[in-house]
Amino acid sequence: MDLALRPEASVVLVALVLVVYFEMTANNFLTDANLQTLSQFVAAPVILACGEIMLLICREIDLSVGQVFALAPFVMEKAYNAGLPVVGAIVAALIVCALVGLVIGLITVHLNVPSFITTLGMFFLITGITLTISRGFPADTPNAGVLNNILGGWGYAEFLWALGLVAVMHTVLRHTRWGLHTIATGGNAIAAAEAGINIDRIKIGNFIITSTLGGFCGILEAFRIGSTDPLAGGSNIMFLGVASGVIGGTAIAGGTGTIIGGLVGGIVLGILQDGFTLQGINAFMFDTIIGGAILLAMIANIQMARWRGMRPQ
Amino acid sequence: MTSPKPHTHHTHGSEALRADGIVKRFGSVEALSGVGMHVSFGEMLGILGDNGAGKSTLLKILTGFHQPDAGTIHVNGQQQTLNSVDRARSLGIECVYQDLALVNGLSIYHNMFLNRELVRSGPFRLLNHRAMRQRAMDALADIGVNIPNVDQEVGRLSGGQRQAIAVARAVHSDARILLLDEPLAAMGAREAGQIISLIERLKARGDIAIVMIAHNYAQTLEVCDRVMLMQHGTVTYESHAAETSPAELLEIVRREYREMRGG
Ligand SMILES: Nc1ncnc2c1ncn2[C@@H]1O[C@H](COP(=O)(O)OP(=O)(O)O)[C@@H](O)[C@H]1O
Ligand SMILES: [Mg+2]
Repeated sequence: MDLALRPEASVVLVALVLVVYFEMTANNFLTDANLQTLSQFVAAPVILACGEIMLLICREIDLSVGQVFALAPFVMEKAYNAGLPVVGAIVAALIVCALVGLVIGLITVHLNVPSFITTLGMFFLITGITLTISRGFPADTPNAGVLNNILGGWGYAEFLWALGLVAVMHTVLRHTRWGLHTIATGGNAIAAAEAGINIDRIKIGNFIITSTLGGFCGILEAFRIGSTDPLAGGSNIMFLGVASGVIGGTAIAGGTGTIIGGLVGGIVLGILQDGFTLQGINAFMFDTIIGGAILLAMIANIQMARWRGMRPQ
Repeated sequence: MTSPKPHTHHTHGSEALRADGIVKRFGSVEALSGVGMHVSFGEMLGILGDNGAGKSTLLKILTGFHQPDAGTIHVNGQQQTLNSVDRARSLGIECVYQDLALVNGLSIYHNMFLNRELVRSGPFRLLNHRAMRQRAMDALADIGVNIPNVDQEVGRLSGGQRQAIAVARAVHSDARILLLDEPLAAMGAREAGQIISLIERLKARGDIAIVMIAHNYAQTLEVCDRVMLMQHGTVTYESHAAETSPAELLEIVRREYREMRGG
């Protein structure tokens, strides 16, 4: 495909324009301190986007990933207090997250409940569990020495994790059978099944990937901040993840999507958030701007698709 | 396109595929009520019949896509349970589905290798795009289809080109038993001629059994060795192609139709 016609291209352009704009209007935009802040705005939505994009491609969505994001650090803390080493506690938390994804997948695929509904239910269910096991109090992140820095303590750590996960998930999507079968499942489920692809397995697997990434992201955030609030994450971070994917060119209707686009989409959202904060724009305006950005991106995507002569649905 | 499967040598004339007493229900609809068929290596069987007669359903049972509610299937003389598409494929059964089973958003070469992708050696089993591209081009050139760029998305091709890709995919996968569900449906005369001559070349090899569902009586009688007529879930007539005519087949269809309306 022509480089200029790639769905990510227009978003990269938007990101560059925004950088120039904020560097000119807010004179401390491209400073180390601000870039650190920016990288922290960007990291979590991008990591969540990696999972949501896989799900959107196979025509599913996970509304509960922000809840898993909040749950994981508490599971980690419980496991740590129960005597596991930090790494063991992290693994235990990730296993719990993966199981959440498995349950979502099984209910959605085998009981034919739309994932929008399954994960809406899971949204409240996990909120309740997190509040119960935390009793509503924040938890301190375990102290693991240098590991703390690697896992989010150092200013750019979370962003580097995000870049690493983007690289991995991009490879999975474009260069493995799993990714190809994910696209086939969303693009034409009957054709995929006729070719012998187990579309149930693909969907369940992508729910597991999304929940696990969500949990891991929550853990990174816990190490960056040093403690976790039971009301962290939630729908806000989940929607930022979905929005990053959509702005980056992933179609809600399935069959197409790009992880790199999700990265760029997350960066655009982060630049907007950070830039307007620097400019001192009212925080209330932020949601309005994000909403506008998503609408614009969607209109542009659909127009681009039409222009390329493809059916956008 | 897959690595060669271990298979015994198929002699011309020995039975490749046989189905007996196949019943298939979808809810309250009985799509097949006790259908039998058989085809030998080197032979081509044509299946004719109205829309909704159950032809595609029969084929999808033979590919392992649907499981029958009753009946038995023998492949190469041995009874088999075709409980998945992969299972049927491992026995050398390939199909061009009526809906073509193509994914519009994927490239031609990805579609041609759908679910049997070539991967590079190594722990990550990454896709070998280059090898798939090359072999897809070879496969298309081999059947005389002129498509310059296999990176093109399938959704942007014409109906005939899509059909050609679906046929090329089935043919170039080391099929021993080739099932074709209306393979000429979306094609113009020139393209259809190309596919028919391809099918005839395959038949001439003598070691492939071919089943083709079609709607054009004259054309089917011309290319097939035997034909079978299906109506409302049963086989109502079977004959060697040389011993019947379009007129006779039409007359049987009319008679059944009158009986159904009368009864
Ligand atoms: N997946 C399915 N679910 C429910 N009914 C089906 C399904 N596939 C086929 N049928 C029904 O079975 C009957 C036979 O269909 P089909 O095999 O497609 O006929 P043909 O290929 O001869 O036109 C029709 O009544 C059709 O509606
Ligand atoms: Mg049919």
